[in-house]
Amino acid sequence: MLDNAFLIPLLPLLGFCVLVAAGKRAGEPAAGWIGASAVGASFLFTLVAFFELLGREQGARSVGDHLFTWIEVGGFRVDAGLLLDPLSITMALFVTGVGFLIHVYSIGYMHGDERFSKFFVYLNLFVFSMLMLILGDSLLLTFLGWEGVGACSYLLISFWFERESAASAGKKAFVVNRIGDFGFMIAMFLCFATFGTLQYAGIIEGAEGAPHTTVTAIALLLFVGACGKSAQLPLFVWLPDAMEGPTPVSALIHAATMVTAGVYLMARAAPLLALTPDVGTTIAIVGAATALFAATIACAQDDIKRVLAYSTISQLGYMFLAVGSGAYVAAIFHMVTHAFFKALLFLGAGSVIHGLHDEQDMKRMGALKKWMPVTSATFVIGWLAIAGVPPFAGFWSKDDILLNAYEKSPALWAVGLLTALLTAYYMSRQVFLVFWGEERWRKAPVADKLELTEPEPVGDQAAVAVAPALMGPGDQVATGHGDHAAVADGHPAAGHGAHGREPHESPWLMTGPLVVLAVLSVVAGFVNLPFGSWARLEHWLEPVFEESLHHVDATSSTKLTLALVAIAAAGAGLAFAYATFMKAKRVDAYEPAILKRAWGIDAIYAAVIVTPGRALSAFLAYVVDAKVIDGVVNSLGTLVRGGGGVLRKVQTGYVRNYALGVAFGATLLLGWVVVRSGGV
Amino acid sequence: MNDLDFPILSAIVLLPAAAAAVVALLPKNRPDVIRLVGFLAALAVGVLTVVLAFAFDAGDAAYQFVSQHNWIEDLGVSWIVGVDGISLFLVVLTGVLFPIALIGPKVHRDVKSYTAWMLVLEAGCLGSFLSLDLFVFFLFFEVTLVPMYFIIGGWGYDNRVYASIKFFLYTLFGSAFMLVGMLALVYLSAKGKPVTFDVRELAERGTLAESTARWLFLAFTAAFAVKIPLFPVHTWLPDAHTEAPTAGSVILAGVLLKLGTYGILRFAVTLFPAAAVDLAPLLLTLATIGIIYGALVATVQKDLKRLVAYSSVAHLGFIVLGTFALTNQGVAGGVLQMVNHGLSTGALFLLVGMIYERRHTRQISELNGLQKSMPVMAAVFTVVMLSSVGLPGLNGFVGEFLILIGTFITHRWWAVVATAGVILAALYLLWAYQRVFHGTPTGDNVGLPDMTWRERAVMAPLVVLIVFLGVYPKPVLDRINPSVEALVSRIEKATDHRQPAVATRHEVDGE
Repeated sequence: MLDNAFLIPLLPLLGFCVLVAAGKRAGEPAAGWIGASAVGASFLFTLVAFFELLGREQGARSVGDHLFTWIEVGGFRVDAGLLLDPLSITMALFVTGVGFLIHVYSIGYMHGDERFSKFFVYLNLFVFSMLMLILGDSLLLTFLGWEGVGACSYLLISFWFERESAASAGKKAFVVNRIGDFGFMIAMFLCFATFGTLQYAGIIEGAEGAPHTTVTAIALLLFVGACGKSAQLPLFVWLPDAMEGPTPVSALIHAATMVTAGVYLMARAAPLLALTPDVGTTIAIVGAATALFAATIACAQDDIKRVLAYSTISQLGYMFLAVGSGAYVAAIFHMVTHAFFKALLFLGAGSVIHGLHDEQDMKRMGALKKWMPVTSATFVIGWLAIAGVPPFAGFWSKDDILLNAYEKSPALWAVGLLTALLTAYYMSRQVFLVFWGEERWRKAPVADKLELTEPEPVGDQAAVAVAPALMGPGDQVATGHGDHAAVADGHPAAGHGAHGREPHESPWLMTGPLVVLAVLSVVAGFVNLPFGSWARLEHWLEPVFEESLHHVDATSSTKLTLALVAIAAAGAGLAFAYATFMKAKRVDAYEPAILKRAWGIDAIYAAVIVTPGRALSAFLAYVVDAKVIDGVVNSLGTLVRGGGGVLRKVQTGYVRNYALGVAFGATLLLGWVVVRSGGV
Repeated sequence: MNDLDFPILSAIVLLPAAAAAVVALLPKNRPDVIRLVGFLAALAVGVLTVVLAFAFDAGDAAYQFVSQHNWIEDLGVSWIVGVDGISLFLVVLTGVLFPIALIGPKVHRDVKSYTAWMLVLEAGCLGSFLSLDLFVFFLFFEVTLVPMYFIIGGWGYDNRVYASIKFFLYTLFGSAFMLVGMLALVYLSAKGKPVTFDVRELAERGTLAESTARWLFLAFTAAFAVKIPLFPVHTWLPDAHTEAPTAGSVILAGVLLKLGTYGILRFAVTLFPAAAVDLAPLLLTLATIGIIYGALVATVQKDLKRLVAYSSVAHLGFIVLGTFALTNQGVAGGVLQMVNHGLSTGALFLLVGMIYERRHTRQISELNGLQKSMPVMAAVFTVVMLSSVGLPGLNGFVGEFLILIGTFITHRWWAVVATAGVILAALYLLWAYQRVFHGTPTGDNVGLPDMTWRERAVMAPLVVLIVFLGVYPKPVLDRINPSVEALVSRIEKATDHRQPAVATRHEVDGE
């Protein structure tokens, strides 16, 4: 199988091609199943490759697979080649696994959408790109996947392009990511200039002999790229807006897979980071700061998806904190558990939105556990996992990170701990607002909702008309436009109200994946328990990182104390949320406007970068180009025309006259040049 | 491997010229016959260029398929045509774009003159790319002006007269410098030797004083800089592009601008290597300014065609950047990017033309939500746009990346600034796409017909090439590389310029 590893990315690519050619004809739901089975088959092949690697000796678990030469000019050569090692296979496993579940979920979620098949076209292309990012054996192939997932993200965020906000969000994601890509590209140039190759193997080999400043620059520039893709400070602003995309996209791309690419890249660069501890410290600080920063914002969001978006930024911050502390295994461990529980939470949120007929405002939810039993039960598991309650998955991976952070610096640990407390708080807030409390969705829509009216989405009528066999009872009103009620900063923008309709549980196509992810969110922690031989993931990944990896040398009692403190913090956050949202009325003081506006970062960027940039461009176009440069040209033209008029008195200024004039001048010039250089 | 037993290059140049003569003889009242004849002739040329690409020996750096006939013996002027890795794909590009430009956009009046001028233009372009005689090159180079002048002036939009005269004078003004430079070069190189315009011979003589060579380099470069166009002599381009009919824009952007970048490489750099090395920082700086400036100005354009025109200023800046990096990667990337830009910008102009045919406007503010009723057009536009933005996996990336990495190893900071231009490219194109295709369509934008089968057939070859060159550029690069490497090493022999060791192939390699 390892020789045929190219099938892993090839299958989603084939799915993409088939869907481009025949997706529309295949229609619903066949197009969805084509897409899902391509990814499912890819998952099976990954599984086979995984077991084959597992069957090998620890030292022999890195296999290269050369496919063809992509670009070659002189000494610059980049092959299309795959690198299969424990790190890439681990990533590929959860990308294809979670990807498959989300494809299946999407068949239910996108039901009735007029562009149903196109959704799976993009989704398959995304999985292919993501797999190239992971499996590529050189920085440039990773960059190919990196840009590919970025483009798919752009296409999928603006999937419902009729909505201006969705179109803008897609563009914003692409452009902000490009700022990060700038760093990535310069890092590649430096690598080539220094090592003569972009292959990971060659870079790692040469890193030790390279000048320290060069390695530092490469590591920092790669981190700039990672900050863009993984939405870290200061480049995180695109991710909350990316929630304009359909919810399965938020789950797959903007939670489980694509946004972890930055963490993956830093893990690949581990040998470089090992040589430059200062860069590691920088990464840890940025990660911790982002984790805390995003968690504070999540506490004040009212949109069910935006809470999760900021939560994702915060959790990615944890992963960077781990990377910066040299705890690569902890970072990957958290990446995996996070992929499970955050995909679960997003898909659960999608199910809620679906069940409430496109409602996203948590202020208009409540008491849904009675109406949506499967969704609420699985969501509760996701909540406990992310909140850090043992023995759910998130507890183990977060604990691992906090322990490593503590050894890096107690200050970083403290920030991480505070974030853990806030995480438990805002997630509990969400769960209590959505699934417990009053049935606020029964109330008539707030007045401001009526200001913006939009035509009823086509999906509604289509869904009613088609009444598919796959859907559960009472589901006739399912719509593909689950996210139609886009909410920006708590202000509803559009949508049709829940008024007069009861919530309903989602069809099994959607709840099925929820159950699987819930099970994984419970058990995933056991792949890496902090007890000797139970640390399976660590043993598995260790050969990839070797001496770059930080080994915890804390005593058992320190470990236990830290774990207990973490549990206490989670408990405190949970209890505080319980007291606030179950016992008392919601207290607005906890949710100041500045947090709702995400500390006003977007406004600052607009004032400092966007507006001056526009003004500069306008100045260049309308003054420099039109008046100065073209002004000179036109006055020269007038001058020539004037001269010609004097010479020929009445002739109209036709082209041949100018030609004559120019030829005349040329002859003069020629004479001058010949005389001058002949005389020397 | 010149085993084709007929003078294929002469045939490629003369066929469109002959076809133009045939068209001129056809009756005016049979536009369909005229279009068919014109298209078939261009298609035949296209087929010949593809045959040429396959027959081309990838391992040979020298000129291939050379045929030579004395013309004006007293003046040393000869008909010499030959092709190498630098010109090969420009010839193929010309061969591919012309039939598409001839059959794609509709022609609203006087099909006969239009078709004849287009064929004359094709002959001029191909002659320019294939001539190895400086004098004949200059003739072809100038000849291209006339048909383009008439095409813009005769079939263009409202402000076409101003635009066509501006185009003509601007370029002619630049050419004057080259004429002077050329004659001076030939005169000065002839000391004690027979007078010749043969580029191969002139490049070997090298009897020029350093300062003379520098002036001559500047004279040639001035002409080509206008043609490219390089900042700050670019202002003819937005007007010409905006006012030209679709086919005119396609050929202008796709082929004519390349005469400038090709000319710099073939003549300015080849004939005056020392001057090229000395003055590289100047040209790199102008190129970099062009990249950033073109992109910034593009972001505030209100006319779709003008926006694409300014994007060309930025893209051509990349090509000049790679050329004056004087490394294998930079120069080869530049050559490849000439082809890539021809494909993607040609495709963009065709698409904008299709939008114009439906909406009779190019104003971005008047268009919205087109994706709703034209999903296929939107998909094709997206692919072309992403190619232009430089998305890996599509053609634009390969050239751009080679240029940047090739520049970085010799002129680090220029490359860093130019890379910022990559961010800006995403800005203006995505913005334009959002305004035109996204949103809910209103007014006349509702219910427009999607691409017809004919339009799809016109776009298909371009999209296929855009994807193919992005995924597997190797066959093309393999043919470009030897000539580029030979050129760069020639420069290294003539000057103290050395490209870093990483730029050259290491003979003993693991794999």
